Amino acid sequence: MDLASLKYAKSHEWVAVDGDIATIGITDFAVKALTDLVYVDLPAVGDQLSVGDNCGEVESVKAVSDLYAPVSGEIVEVNEKISDNLDLLSDDAFGAGWILKIRMGSPSDLDNLLDRAAYEQNCQNEDH
Amino acid sequence: MSYLFNTPDEQREMLETIGVDSIETLFDQVPESLQLKRPLDIPPKLSELELEQLVRELASRNVGPSDRPCFLGGGVYDHFIPSAVDAIAGRSEYYTAYTPYQAEASQGSLQTFFEYQTLICQLTGMDVSNASLYEGGTAVSEAVFMAMRCTKRHGRIVLLGSVHPEYRQVVETYLGRMDCELVVVPTPGGTVAPAAVEEAIDDKTACVVIQHPNFYGCLEEVEQISAMAHTCGALSIVSFDPISLGILKRPGDLGADIAVGEGQSLGTPMQYGGPFLGILACKQKYVRQMPGRLIGQTTDRNGERCFVLNLQAREQHIRREKATSNICTNQGLIAIRATVFMSLLGPAGMRQVAELSCSKAHYAAQKLTAQDGIELAFEQPFFKEFTLQCRDGAETVIQRAKAAGFDIGPALRRVSNSESEDRLLVAVTECRSREEIDALAKAIATPTGDAIGDATGRESADSQQAAAACESSVGAPHDPTLRSARSSAQETT
Amino acid sequence: MRNEQATQPLFDLSVPGRCGAEYPESDCPEFSSTACIPAEFLSDTPLPLPEVNEPDVIRHFTNLSTLNMSVDTHFYPLGSCTMKYNPKRHERLASVPGLVDLHPWQSEESLQGMLQIQFEMQQMLGEIAGLPAVSLQPAAGAQGELAALLVASAYFKDKGENRTKVIFPNSAHGTNPASAALAGFDCIQLGAGKNGFVDLEELKKHLDDQTAVFMITNPNTLGLFEPEIHKISKLLHDVGGLVYIDGANMNAILGITRPGDFGGDMMHYNVHKTFTGPHGAGGPGAGPIAVRDFLADYLPGPIVALDEESGQYKLQTPAKSIGRVRSFFGNVGILLRGYFYLRTLGGDGLKELSEHAVLNANYLKEKLKHILPVPNGERCMHEFVASAQHLQKELGISAMDIAKRLLDYGFHAPTVYFPLVVPEAIMVEPTETESKATLDAFAETIEKIIAEDPELLHTAPHSTPVSRPNDVQAARNPILCWSPACD
Repeated sequence: MDLASLKYAKSHEWVAVDGDIATIGITDFAVKALTDLVYVDLPAVGDQLSVGDNCGEVESVKAVSDLYAPVSGEIVEVNEKISDNLDLLSDDAFGAGWILKIRMGSPSDLDNLLDRAAYEQNCQNEDH
Repeated sequence: MSYLFNTPDEQREMLETIGVDSIETLFDQVPESLQLKRPLDIPPKLSELELEQLVRELASRNVGPSDRPCFLGGGVYDHFIPSAVDAIAGRSEYYTAYTPYQAEASQGSLQTFFEYQTLICQLTGMDVSNASLYEGGTAVSEAVFMAMRCTKRHGRIVLLGSVHPEYRQVVETYLGRMDCELVVVPTPGGTVAPAAVEEAIDDKTACVVIQHPNFYGCLEEVEQISAMAHTCGALSIVSFDPISLGILKRPGDLGADIAVGEGQSLGTPMQYGGPFLGILACKQKYVRQMPGRLIGQTTDRNGERCFVLNLQAREQHIRREKATSNICTNQGLIAIRATVFMSLLGPAGMRQVAELSCSKAHYAAQKLTAQDGIELAFEQPFFKEFTLQCRDGAETVIQRAKAAGFDIGPALRRVSNSESEDRLLVAVTECRSREEIDALAKAIATPTGDAIGDATGRESADSQQAAAACESSVGAPHDPTLRSARSSAQETT
Repeated sequence: MRNEQATQPLFDLSVPGRCGAEYPESDCPEFSSTACIPAEFLSDTPLPLPEVNEPDVIRHFTNLSTLNMSVDTHFYPLGSCTMKYNPKRHERLASVPGLVDLHPWQSEESLQGMLQIQFEMQQMLGEIAGLPAVSLQPAAGAQGELAALLVASAYFKDKGENRTKVIFPNSAHGTNPASAALAGFDCIQLGAGKNGFVDLEELKKHLDDQTAVFMITNPNTLGLFEPEIHKISKLLHDVGGLVYIDGANMNAILGITRPGDFGGDMMHYNVHKTFTGPHGAGGPGAGPIAVRDFLADYLPGPIVALDEESGQYKLQTPAKSIGRVRSFFGNVGILLRGYFYLRTLGGDGLKELSEHAVLNANYLKEKLKHILPVPNGERCMHEFVASAQHLQKELGISAMDIAKRLLDYGFHAPTVYFPLVVPEAIMVEPTETESKATLDAFAETIEKIIAEDPELLHTAPHSTPVSRPNDVQAARNPILCWSPACD
C-alpha cells in the first residue's frame, strides 16, 4: 500500500478511495499507541454514517479508541476476519487489517482529510 | 487512641526531615480563611470498653430475630448461616485487602471471585457472571441499562407489577433524566397475565423485567414471557431468589438473557438491609456489555494458571463516561460469603434448604389460612413466601403476631402506596419450626368476641370446613378441582 | 510451604456424594415440593455445583486467603484508596445480635437503637462536611456521585432550569464522568491546569446557564489542596451551578477544613476509606452524601428523623426525593463500622488522624523525592504522585516495574498510572496508621530497587505465587467461568 496515496483523519483513520467506495482502517501510529489489541467492535453493514459518527471501537487491555467516520455514506462491508484475528490489524494495518468500506455519499468529504505529510506532522505534535 | 504510631520524638524527626517546624505548617496549603477554627462538634473519644458498653446498650434497644422468630420477607430472609462462612469471611487476608489490581498480590481474592462467578453460572444456568454488584435493586437497574446497550433500544422498559416495589423504584431513579418509558404491567392476580405483557412490548422495548418468585411470593410463567420478549427483539431479565434454585428451574433454563438477584440469602446476615449482594449473570454474547468487575483465567510469565481482572476496558477507570456502569467498589466480601456458602451446601444442601423452606412455608400457609378472616390473597403456586389477605387489616394481624412474640410482614401497604391495606407477606425459611408456625397461627386469629359481622357466630363448623379445603388447596394448588373447592369454601365463610 | 493441592480450583476438589452442610429433616414432611408446586416449575436435575465438605472448604479458602496481601499483613500504600488499619473492635461490634440480625421490615419501634446510631451518623457526617443534610443510602462512593447528580438535576428541574453540563478536571476519578453520563448529563473534561490545579480561565469558558455541576476531588488526585477552590466555587455559584466534592480524599482534612466551608454544595464520603470500612477485597463500601439545606428535600430516602416530642426515631422520605438508589436503608454494616470509628476518635481524634496522615505522606515524599521526583507541589496532603518518567528514559524502568518489584520485598504496590496527567505515575498514600520505621523501610527498598539490574525488574515479581499474568491473552479469549477444559 502506498501510504502517500491515502487520506488521513486526525483521529487516526486512513481512507483509500476506489470509485465511490472508501476503505477505512486505523493507522500504524494508532495501532502502536494502543499496543496489544484485544477486541474490535465492528459496525453493522447498512448503517448510514455522517462524518465524525462513531463507527466502532478498537480495544487494548488498558485503553479503548473510538473509530470515527472520516467520510459520510453507507457501510457496505466490514472486515469480519479481524474480529477473530487481531494480528491482521496489528501487523498489517493498511492492508489485511482494513476495518470497513463505505459507499461515499459526498466525495467532497475527502477534501477535509490530511495527506500523509500533514498526518505525520500531526502525530509528531501529539507525541509531545 | 487513634491507631497512630508517631511519638513526639519521631514527629520532631520527621518534621525536621521535611524541613518544617510543625504539623500546622504542613497545612499552610489550605488557605487560612477556609480552615476550621473550632473543634468538630462530635462527641469526645471513647475507649474500647466504653464503646463496647455503648454499642451493646444501643443494640439492646432493638428487638431482633433472636428475641422474636422472624417470618418477615419482602426481599430479605432469615436463612441459616453456617459458621464456616464467618470463619472464612472473617480472615483479614480477605477483608483488609482491596480490589485485586495487583494480580500477583491478590491471587487469593481473584481465584475466589473466579469461583464465585462459576458458582453463580452453575446456580443460574447462565454463561457468565460478574464479580458482584451492590444489591438486588441496583442489579435490576444495571441489567436494564445493559439491555438497552445490547439491543440498542432506549425507548421502553417493560417491568411486571409483581417485581419488588423497591427494585422498581431504583429503576425509576436510575432512569431519572433518560427519555425512556417505564411500563409497569399490572398483576392484580398475584402474577402477570402473559397476554398483558405481550401487549406492553413494542419494537422500542429493550427488555422485560420479571421477578420469580415474585414480590408476592408467587411463581411467574417465565419461559412464556421470555419467549414473548425474544419475539420482539427484547431481552428477558429475570430477578430470582438464589435459594429457590435448589428446587425451581433456573433462569437460564427459562430463557433469561440476564439473570439478576439479591444474594443476601447466600450466607449474609440481614443487618438491617445491607451490605448485600447484587448478582448479575448473562449469556455469553452480552459479556462486553456487562457492568462491574470480571475475573478471568489466564497464564503468567512462567505458564502457570492464574487469575486477573479482565475486560477492564468496559469499566469507568478506563472508559470513563462511556463505561458500562459507574460502579467501582463492589461487594467483594459478600461475594466471598456467597462463595463459601454455595461451596458448603453444594447441590444436596441447596436442595435441602429450598425443600425445607418450601415445605414449612406451605404448612404455614395452610395453618394461617385456617384462621377465620385470613386467606391467601392469590391462588397461585409459591415457594417460601406468600401473601395473606386479612379481613381485620394487615397491621392488626401484624400487631397480634407481635404481641405473641412473632414478626410477620411486611404489610404490602408499607412497601408501596398502591397496595391494599389488607395484605401482608409471610416468609418461612428452614429456621422456623412447626411449633412456631402453630403458635403464630393461634396468635393471628381474631380474638373471640372480636370478630366482625356474622362470621362470629359460625366460627367452628365453617372454619373447619375451610381449613380442610385449604389443606388440599395449598398442598396441591395446581389441581384445578381443589382450587374450586377452596373458592366455594371461601364463599361460605 | 504452599499447599497447591488445596488451592486447585474448587471444582477439581469435588467428589460426588460429599456435602459441607447438614440440615434437619423437615417437620412438615407432608408438604414436599412435588406436592406443593406444579411440576412445570420444578427442576428435574440437581444443581451442577461442586460437592465438597466443610474441611475441604476451610482448607481451600484459608490457603487461598494467604495468597493475598492485605492491610493486616503488609504496608499497602495504594494511593486514593486510604488503606488504613481496620480496628478489630469494629468487626466484633458490628456482629452483635440486635445489630447484625435486624430485618429491614421490622417496625420502627423495634429498631430505636439502630435508628439512633444512623441518626447520629447523619449528624456527624453533616458536621464533618459542613453540609447539614445527609442521606446514608448510597452503597459506595460512585453511587453517592450518581445520587448527588440526580439531586442536582431534580433541583434544577424544580427551578425550571434545564442544565445539561457536568464539568470535571482531567485528573478526576473515572467514576465522575461515568456517574455524570449515567445521570444523563453531558461530560466536559478540562485540560491540564498549571501545577496540576484547575485552570480557572479554562473553567470559565465552560460556565454558562447550561452548567449544572462542577465535580472536583479536594484535595485533588495529585494529593494537593486546590488553592483557589473558593474562587472556583464562586464562579460556579455565579452562573447558578453547583459544586460537587468527591470525598475520596477526606482523610487529609477531617476537622481541618470542610467541603461546605470551601464552597462545596454536595459531597460523598467513602466510609470504607476514610472511616476504615474495611475494604473487603473490593467492597462493600458505603457512600453517604451530604448536601446544603436547599438540596435536602431532594435526597434519596429513607433518612432518619428524630421526633422531638416523643423522643422516637423514625424513617422519612424527603419531600421531593429523587427516590431510592437501592433497596432498603443502606450498607448498614459498613455505616456501623464508620460510626464506631467516629465515636472512638471523637472530634479531636479525627483532626489528629488527618494531621498524621499528612505528616506521614510528606515525610515519605521527602525521603523519596531525590529518586522519585514529584512533579507537582512542594508539599502534599495525605498522598503524593511521583513520576518514574526519568527512570523510564534513563534506565528503562517503568512505574509498573517498580510496583511489581516492591511485591518481592513485601510491600503492596502504590497505585500506578493514575492520575493520567502524570506520566509513569506512582501514587503513594501511606495513611496515618503506619510507623516511621515502615515508611523508612519502604523508602530504602525503593532506593534499592532502582539500583538493581533493570532486567530483574522487568520480570518481577519473583517471589509471588504468580508473576506478570498475560492480560492480553485473558482479554482476547476471556475465560470467565471454570469448565473442565480450564484444567
